[in-house]
Amino acid sequence: MSDITLNASAKVAEAAPRSAPISQIGFVGWMRANLFSGWLSTAVTLLLAYMIVRWAIGFVDWAFINAVWSVPNNQTQACRDLRGTGACWAVINEKHRFILFGTYPYEEHWRPALCIALFVGLYIVSAMRRFWRKELALIWVGVLTLIGVLMWGGVLGMPYVPQERWGGLVITLILATFGLALAFPLAILVALGRRSKLPAIKALCVLYVELIRGVPLISLLFMASVMFPLFLPEGMNIDKLLRAQLAIILFAGAYLAEVVRGGLQSLSKGQYEAADALGLSYWQKTGFIILPQALRLVIPPLVNTFIGFFKDTSLVLIIGIFDLLTAGKTAIIEPAWQGFGIEVYLTVGAIYFIFCFAMSKYSQGLEAELNRHGRR
Amino acid sequence: MSQTTIDPRSLRAPPRRPLRLSWSDERVRAIVWQVLVVGIIGTIVWWLWSNTVHNLEVRRIATGFGFLGREAGLPIAENLIPYSPTDTYFRALLIGLLNTLKVAVVGIVLATIFGTLIGIARLSKNWLLSKIAGVYIEVIRDLPLLLQLLFWYAILQGLPGPRQALHPVGGVFLSNRGLKLPWIEWQDAHSYALLAFALGALFTWFYRRDAIRKRILDGRPRPVWPVALGCLLVLPVAIWAAAGAPWTVDWPELRGFNFRGGLNMSPEYFALLLGLTTYTAGFIAEIVRAGILAVPHGQWEAAQALGLRSGQVLKQVVLPQALRVIIPPMTSQYLNITKNSSLAVAIGYQDIVSIANTTLNQTGQAIEGIAIIMLVYLSISLSISLFMNWYNAKIALVER
Repeated sequence: MSDITLNASAKVAEAAPRSAPISQIGFVGWMRANLFSGWLSTAVTLLLAYMIVRWAIGFVDWAFINAVWSVPNNQTQACRDLRGTGACWAVINEKHRFILFGTYPYEEHWRPALCIALFVGLYIVSAMRRFWRKELALIWVGVLTLIGVLMWGGVLGMPYVPQERWGGLVITLILATFGLALAFPLAILVALGRRSKLPAIKALCVLYVELIRGVPLISLLFMASVMFPLFLPEGMNIDKLLRAQLAIILFAGAYLAEVVRGGLQSLSKGQYEAADALGLSYWQKTGFIILPQALRLVIPPLVNTFIGFFKDTSLVLIIGIFDLLTAGKTAIIEPAWQGFGIEVYLTVGAIYFIFCFAMSKYSQGLEAELNRHGRR
Repeated sequence: MSQTTIDPRSLRAPPRRPLRLSWSDERVRAIVWQVLVVGIIGTIVWWLWSNTVHNLEVRRIATGFGFLGREAGLPIAENLIPYSPTDTYFRALLIGLLNTLKVAVVGIVLATIFGTLIGIARLSKNWLLSKIAGVYIEVIRDLPLLLQLLFWYAILQGLPGPRQALHPVGGVFLSNRGLKLPWIEWQDAHSYALLAFALGALFTWFYRRDAIRKRILDGRPRPVWPVALGCLLVLPVAIWAAAGAPWTVDWPELRGFNFRGGLNMSPEYFALLLGLTTYTAGFIAEIVRAGILAVPHGQWEAAQALGLRSGQVLKQVVLPQALRVIIPPMTSQYLNITKNSSLAVAIGYQDIVSIANTTLNQTGQAIEGIAIIMLVYLSISLSISLFMNWYNAKIALVER
């Protein structure tokens, strides 16, 4: 038996392992499989590639090659001559401080800038899982207080700046972050109320959520801007920004409540029953057993909802509050800079995009991670 | 059988306990909590209400909806039904409502078509197509809708005037005065044909239901298409031909400084429609993609193994399952498109919010104005969700 094998191997030269055809592997193989797998696919690829190249060349021409980067003291004639062929980035060069900080006093711009950095730092800290503890709430309270002190001033040698002069990106961040921070506790209470066995409380919560979710945010903002002054006793007046912030909190509360309710519903019934069996009271059961698990589950949808609010804060433009988008729109009202809306909106859009894209990537990653660990 | 397995003791009602006036009695706690919460909220509402009444008296603002019958005096550029500034506020608000519905309905149809195409493109085996769809979805969803609307409006305003209008295809003109499209001249014959088509569609639907019922009874297939062809195509065309077959296309033409004739879309309407459609399509694309991915691959393979043609696989096996996943989130997108159409006020399209806002500025009756806006959107939202819930219940899995 062993002889035969030996003989056979001696006679036939062992064939060297051949590699797969060049058309099946590597870059060429990938292209064949993913770009040119049939005549239809080839046609689509070629058409799209042609359109992308043409569009990209046109965009580079417009945005970089033919663009005007700066003009001496508001002489925008050079820009106007280029209408349609080149971008006028001079408008950004001239107005970037206004777009970012609004009418905040020029020499105090470091304060809103520092606030923006604090907000970004707060988001990053909140995104890290090792900080998902009770102390995080304290960090939020501390940072938000610090931001308030910085913006208002009046202490530590910083001159006082009234709210009417705040503006730009920091207003967008304030509206979104304070909105979330204050709407969140409200949302938890409403979500618990909606699942409560007490009929009156349940009815109130259902009414609130469905009423708010049925109307557009604009109608709430209008309510805050024109109706709210009628609600208060004579002589008592609340600042416009604060009124808009209240409307956003009420709006966010209803949407977040539904997200939290989703988390409460996805917990198994056994958790509730086990807590009851231990003899815990309602608040003990909710605080120690239910909420810690339910809130962990809803973090990805919570981030998605937050992205929605972050974008929706731009609606305050309609009632004339100076957020990032309003500042951009106002920057081109001045006659010298009229008609350069596309450049300004692209820049403002890029700022919104950076924030939202980072959050949405984070939420996707988190969701994948939570799914992988089988926590859901 | 199940009757015998139930322990009769478990059917017994728990003993009734008398209500004890003590904090340890659950029912007492429930009553106290509810009275407390309702009391606090009631007090706040009452306080706000009494402030409002007092403020209205002090500022001498009239209350009630009497202003609806007064002359509005506000000009409206776009109206589906005849309107002049001497008409009443009620009619002005009605025009606003129609304008809202006009953009919402067209937007829903276009966004569904466009979004479905992008969702399918995202799943394409072609890498380039799938990546482009992915980038589109990501970018469009990460920018505020209001910013996109202002951007489109700025682009439309930056277009050349009617004399140098962009002219991509014959009869289509794009200028800073909006989009002009050729349109057929509407005559009675067209209305009759449309009516016949609607009746035909209704009849076909009933016929199809009946055919399916009979097929379930005796198993013999009954083709629906001859009836559908007759009712939906032959009958309307015959009626149209009998009425003289009028067919005049109204081409837009440049006369003086502006266009005459054709179908006109104002820059405001066009920017709003474009913004709403492209924005919502990004969300719908993700919903469609998730819906198709939710159908397990085994379902495709099993359907093919049964010998169904690929069209049948899609129609009879995959789509009914995908739709179950798609419908609920799609409902909320339809609601969103309707609510988001209220952003029209930022670019000057006169929808219900814009007109109600002007009304409340002119009359000073803020509460009534906002109540009208909220009432309109609540009823639209409620109707859409009722319809979609009905549809969802119809296609839901019947568990036997």
